[in-house]
This record gives sequence, C-alpha cells and structure tokens, in this order.
Amino acid sequence: MAMTMKGEVALPADRETVWAKLNDPEVLKACIPGCQTLEKTSETSFTAVVKLKVGPVGATFKGNVELTDLDPPNGYRISGQGEGGVAGFAKGGATVSLTDPAEGAEGCTLNYNVEANVGGKIAQLGARLIDGVAKKTADQFFANFAAAVKAG
Amino acid sequence: MSATGIGASVRRKEDFRFITGKGQYTDDVNRFGQAHAAFLHSPHAHAEIVSIDTSAASAMPGVAAIFTGADLAADKIGGLICGWMIHSKDGTPMKAGAHPALAQGKVRYVGDHVAIVIADTLAEAKDALEKIVVDYKVLPAVVASMDALKPGAPVVHDVAPDNAVYRWAIGNESETNAAFAKAAHVTKIDLVNNRLVPNAMEPRAAVGDYDSGNDAFTLYTTSQNPHVARLVLSAFIGIAPEHKLRVIAPDVGGGFGSKIFIYAEETACVWAAKKVGRPVKWTADRTEAFLADAHGRDHVTHAELALDDKGKILALRVHTTANLGAYLSTFSSSVPTYLYAPLLSGQYDIPAIYCEVDAVYTNTAPVDAYRGAGRPEATFVIERIVEVAARETGSDPAQFRRKNFVKTFPHQTPVIMCYDAGNYVASLEKALEMSDYRNVGKRKKESARKGLLRGIGISAYIEACGIAPSAAVGSLGAGVGLWESAEVRVNPIGTVEILTGSHSHGQGHETTFAQLVSERLGISIDNVSIVHGDTDKVQMGMGTYGSRSGAVGMSAIVKALDKIEAKAKRVAGYVLEASHEDIEFKDGKFTVRGTDKEIDFAAVALQAYIAHKFNGQDLEPGLKESAFWDPTNFTFPAGVHICEVEIDPATGVTRVDRWTAVDDFGIVINPMIVEGQVHGGIAQGIGQALLEGAVYDAAGQLVTASYMDYSMPRAQDLPNYHVGMTQTRCPSNPLGIKGCGEAGAIAAPPAVINAITDAIGHENIAMPATPQAVWRALQQTAPKLAAE
Repeated sequence: MAMTMKGEVALPADRETVWAKLNDPEVLKACIPGCQTLEKTSETSFTAVVKLKVGPVGATFKGNVELTDLDPPNGYRISGQGEGGVAGFAKGGATVSLTDPAEGAEGCTLNYNVEANVGGKIAQLGARLIDGVAKKTADQFFANFAAAVKAG
Repeated sequence: MSATGIGASVRRKEDFRFITGKGQYTDDVNRFGQAHAAFLHSPHAHAEIVSIDTSAASAMPGVAAIFTGADLAADKIGGLICGWMIHSKDGTPMKAGAHPALAQGKVRYVGDHVAIVIADTLAEAKDALEKIVVDYKVLPAVVASMDALKPGAPVVHDVAPDNAVYRWAIGNESETNAAFAKAAHVTKIDLVNNRLVPNAMEPRAAVGDYDSGNDAFTLYTTSQNPHVARLVLSAFIGIAPEHKLRVIAPDVGGGFGSKIFIYAEETACVWAAKKVGRPVKWTADRTEAFLADAHGRDHVTHAELALDDKGKILALRVHTTANLGAYLSTFSSSVPTYLYAPLLSGQYDIPAIYCEVDAVYTNTAPVDAYRGAGRPEATFVIERIVEVAARETGSDPAQFRRKNFVKTFPHQTPVIMCYDAGNYVASLEKALEMSDYRNVGKRKKESARKGLLRGIGISAYIEACGIAPSAAVGSLGAGVGLWESAEVRVNPIGTVEILTGSHSHGQGHETTFAQLVSERLGISIDNVSIVHGDTDKVQMGMGTYGSRSGAVGMSAIVKALDKIEAKAKRVAGYVLEASHEDIEFKDGKFTVRGTDKEIDFAAVALQAYIAHKFNGQDLEPGLKESAFWDPTNFTFPAGVHICEVEIDPATGVTRVDRWTAVDDFGIVINPMIVEGQVHGGIAQGIGQALLEGAVYDAAGQLVTASYMDYSMPRAQDLPNYHVGMTQTRCPSNPLGIKGCGEAGAIAAPPAVINAITDAIGHENIAMPATPQAVWRALQQTAPKLAAE
C-alpha cells in the first residue's frame, strides 16, 4: 500500500532557525505523532518507537530514522522504517525544503513531499483508511512543527 | 417413486442438527489439556528471513513452545506437495518449488507461515506472536501473472528462473492454424478471470492429538477428503505411517474446493502435538482465511474463434496465463490444464482446438480448485467468444449456438473429452421458453422508458464431473486414483449403516445417500445412517469435490447394495426353503417366484446374523458388503442459463432482474437439494461477475482481506431463480446421474457479462463488473437506448 502527499506550511522564523529545529531530536520527538522515544545514534540517524493506529489495528513500531541529502539550511530528506510485529510494517520518507518568502514577508516556507508504505495486517484491514490516517499524521506533524517554531 | 426414494424432495436429515446449533465442527472439538496455536504470517510479499528471535516470545506467560521452519527441518518433516504432475509441451516436468509448512529461509507471499506459537490460551499465543522478532531482507515482488514471465522479473523459486511452472499445450496446433487460414470470419477476445477468495462459512481449523501410549496421532480437521489428507501427511510429509494416523473431518461448514488441500497449519498442529505432549488446536480467523486459504481462478486469456461463411465454427485457439501463486497447492497444477482446456469445446461441435497454458509463480497466495475448478474459466472463454462471434456476424446468439451445438452422441471432442449423452437443443429451447426470450425487445423498451439499460445474456455451459477413470487420470499425471468406496453394514434388526469415502460438507449426503438405500432395500430412510469423514471407520476414500459424490460415491454404494441383495437372497432362500435363484426382491420383500411365500428385509437381516437356517460351510453368517467403483468416464452435466440485467446508466449499478436455469443433471435423487445447489452456484457465479475480486497491490499486499473490501453476494444482490430441468440419462454409471454441485458457478459469470455487454453495447468490461466499472464502460460509448 503506497501513498504520497505534499503540502507547504508558512513558518514565522527564518531558514536558519527552522533548519536547527529540523535537526533537533527533542523537537522532532515532540512533533512526530505517537512518538514514544527518538534517540540519536549518529549525527544523521536515530532509533525511534512510534505508536500508530489505523482503523482497528494499533501497533507500536520500532525502527530507524535517517536524515540524508542534507543541504543546510535549505532542506533534507527524512526517511524511516519500522516493524510493528504482527501488525505489519510501515516505511516512508519526506523531502523537506525551506524557501524564503516573497519580498517583504517574514519567516520562511516549508515544502514537503511525503511517500509512505505499509504492509501486513495494517494493509489488510485498514486499506481504505490508510490514506486518511497518513494525511492526518503528516498534517499533524507539520502543524506541531509550526507550533514549535512559533514557540521559539 | 416412494416418498423417500430416488426422485423425492426429502427434507434434509442433517438440517435439524445444523439449524439448532448441534453440528459438531472441528472447532467444537476440545481435547483434555489442549493448547492453542497461533501462526506468525509474513507481512512481506517476498523477503529473505535473515533471523528469527523467539527468545522474548518464549518467555511470555503461558507459552508452551514456538517452532519455526528450522524445527520442522530438524525433524525431517517433508514439505507440502502438489499431487498432479504436468509436463510442458517440450516434455519437461513442471517446476515445483519446495513448500515447507513453515518458511525456511524465504517468505514468498503476504500470509506465508513463519512460526507457530503454542500456548495455554489463544490470547497468550497471540500476545507471544507480537514478541517474535524477524529480521527480513525485503526483496522485490512480482504480483501479476503477466509480469511474472517478463525478463528481469523477481524470481519466486530458483527452480523456475523465469517463474514458469510449466508451458503446456493441448490439441492439434497445425490443424487449428489451417482452419483459421481458411476462415471467413475470426473473432478475437481478451479476458481476465478474476481471482477469488473461497470464503467457506466455517474457516479452516485443526486439532492435533498424540497418544504416546500407542504412538499414534489423531488430526481433527476441516477436510473434504480426510483419507487423502492422511495419505499425504503420512506418505509425503512423514507425520506417521497411515495406521498410526487417524484423520477425522467431522461436520464441515462448506469448502468449495478450499478444504481439499493439505495446508501448513493442519500439518504443523498435528506434528506439534507430539512435540509439546499436548493436543494443539487452531482455528483460522477470517483474515487468515483471506490470506492463506488457496484462492481460485486468476486467468488471463486471449482467444480466437474461426467461422466459415455460414457461421459454423471451424476452430478455437486459446492462450491462457494462469497465476498459481507462490507455491503449488495440492492439486493446483491440474486446474488450468486438464480441468480447464478439455472443456473448451463447450456444447459445440468444434473440429479443431488448440490451447496453450503458461502457469506462473507470483508472490501471492497459492491458487487451486474453487467451485468449478477450471470449468468456469473454460466456460467463460467459450461462452463469451461465442456470444461475441454471434454479435459480430449479426446472428441471434441463441440461433448461433443452436447451429453449432453437438447433436449426436457419443461425441469425441478434439481435446480428450468424449461427451456420452446430452440434448443441448432441448435445454436451449426450454430456457428460451421459460425466459420469454422472444419478448426481450419489449422489455428493453420498457426499461428504456425508465431510463435504464436492459441486456440479456445466454450461457450454454457444459462441465465434467466425477473425474475418472483412475487409469486415464493417472496417464495424465494424477498422483491418485479417482474411484470411490462404500461399505454397507446391515444390522441384525435391519437398520443400515453406509460407510462412504465421500465427504459431506453441505451437500446433504446423509439424506440423498439414505434415499438410495431406502429405494433399493425398501426400508425407511430413518433406518439408514451415513458414516463418513473418519479414517478409522471408513477404510479408504477419495472425498468430495468436482461434483463426484453422486456419480462416483453413490455408484459405489449401488455396487455394495448389489452384493447385499445377492447375499440376502441366499439367506432368504434358506429361510423360505427355495433356491436363491427363485427369490425375487421388491419393495423390501423377498418372495419365492410364483408363490405367496415372503419375508421382509429386516427378518432376513436377523436370519443372516443368527444363522440358524443355514450352515456356515454353505454360507457365511452376517450381512456386510463393500465395493469400490471406478467410473468408465466423466459425467457431462450441461444446460442453458439466461440472465437479464437492468443497468442504471447514471450510477452503473447492475440489477440482475431475471434468471432462468435449465440444467440436465441426468437422473435426480432429490430435486430440492439439486435446486439448492443450483441456487448456491448461481449466487457464487453472480458474485464473481459483479462483486468479488481479490486484489493485491503492486508490492504484493492483499488489500481485499476483509469483508470491508471483498464484497460477497447478499440476498439483495440476487434475483428469483427460475429453475427447470431436462433429463438425459448418464450411461457411465448405474444410477444414470451426473453432477450438480458446480453447475451454477460455472454457468453464471458469462451469462451475466453477456447480459451486461448486451446492455452497454460493447464488449470491453472485466469482472467484477462493479458499478464503477460499468459506469466507466458506459462512458466509452454513448449507449443507444432501445426506445430511440
């Protein structure tokens, strides 16, 4: 089950500030919906535990998060994969880019392109719910992130 | 005809128990001290198993044991087998990839079995499943059959580097091509026969039990053929020799073919019972049924029909790619070959036929026999292409069929089959009459006035039931014989037990078989019980599938009853002091010809056992006989179904408005049960045509794995059926009966699609013809309403 999403959010801070937060494990942990732990294992990789519920299937996914294509302060690619035991697996990634706003405006714009893939019981039982859950999860992440940026 | 004999619509004896909840199914079996099993299924369509860590799971509360493929291998437990050898047209044997009951090194479809957890309770077993850590190296998957043969496709089994299980052919290629070369018209079609999930009401289940005192196993299981299960588990998988392995298939709630096969779970449960020293019970949940029951159909076909300038069929040329899934299930190889292509002649006199079948591996659930097994696929090809040919040549589809029907019997087709008896014109005429075919134009106009599109579709199917004889199927690659056994045990008070190798899982054998005995022996059907489904009671049998139990199973009973009658006449002769050659038996009474001396059946039974009137040197005491029956041919039920649909062009919703079924099943034992079989079969066929379809996404995830996404036919989707019969006696068995269990499912899909294509005005629609599919098809043309 594969799906893709894209969108953009306006953030009330400059690119450097936003870039720093995009690389801060504490910020990411607070923003990823259902994230229980996010531990740095190197400059660009983390281990994560994320709780996710799709329709009737709820599971705890354990996996890795990697940051690649780093281009400070313009963007990166964040990707991850996790095994949820009998619930199946989830994997996906997002290309994130930061651009300056139009002349005279404050802050910056964050663009994202997400692709996600799930398999196993989640796909079997939640097929027609997954698009909605994935979109909601992505929306929530970026809404949380915008709030974190705003909070400074 | 007596009130309970052959031809009477006797109410089903078994239904009281079923509708009052007294049926005893495998899940009702509970053994002292039993543990519960749960299986870990692969979430990936194709992956290497790098490692399996069961340590945390083993420490969970209540866990008795966890086993993986390595444990089966250590015990030298053999893999699941495919029992029908098919050779490719180049002479090479089919490429059977190993199929361990629990995966070894690799998983090949979503649902493949990775581990079995055995715990005190089912909840504990499922909790422990969560703690098993499997490190998978995910590999690219191949899902669609047409992708499997492409160069560079992911390889499912190393033994088949191009994913081809076999490339098989039947018929005469050069004669067929020559006929096409001189054809006045050639019709060409491309068809997909959609993949289906069997969905028996009762999911599969198993209870494995091991008696250490006798070193003997018992397996209670949802099987259509417990003796075949025992044979395979014993001779190939190596659980135990046959005399140390008892297989019991108690009440079974539907199978449709899916319970013929020997699966991973049943194998693992019976094996594990000895390992853990406790009975091991497993019952599939519905998701497991969707994932791991053998699926049905999944053909992609190109077909061509050659006609002369008078509309007479000259030849048929077919190429089919059949998806057999990730492993070869028990009889999977035979379904798209010998159960399919020999039926491509349909009811028609076709001088030349050539068919090629490429069977492929993919990363999907195994595909095997499902109600009809090959014959629905064949009927879909021939009845679609005949319909299209009639339309293309401007012929009435009924007249086109009539012109091309086989009219003399026996008829040898170019593809093995010799049709022994039938009257196809009679069934067609009756169906046309019953369906008021001549006034369909009027009904189309009435529908058009309501803004609806009406279409009519004919399906003139033939099928082959009671696959036989054993020597012939053996020469075609079958690993077993296809006879049936029966034992008739007459008790001293004249009641009768029939032990049969057939197995009833909804067909009503306890009633129909008793009707036969009632008719033959002149006793009440209440004095007859039918014993089946237990390898310790019935010596050997081949089970129930392919509509064989009437034609083959009951014929074996007839043979045994013949012996009973002969013996009983000798007993009666001693009692009545006459030569047994002068004894007549009629309506339950033995009489001395030309006298008024008589004795009834029950009294003879008693005399046989007390043995006072004869001495044991002249005649053995007792009244018990057995027989094996190996038929001389298949039986060939055939008929004509006519479907009328009404489509709402605004929504694409198809409503099946009228259904006429005229079937020739030969002599009918119980018309009510036969009609019920016809109804059920049509419902499944309409399900395939309009609603059902198993869908894998490109990564091999089954996205139709629940009733939210897999649509089964419900009462509101089905019309009232008008069922009629014609009757030609089958010459290949003593009762003159054919088979009726699959006819509806075979006949229905092309009838529905022929009706829909008639309504929408073009041929481009695939099954299932969902409202969305029909709506999209309607957008391809501006349909012309009949009223215009």
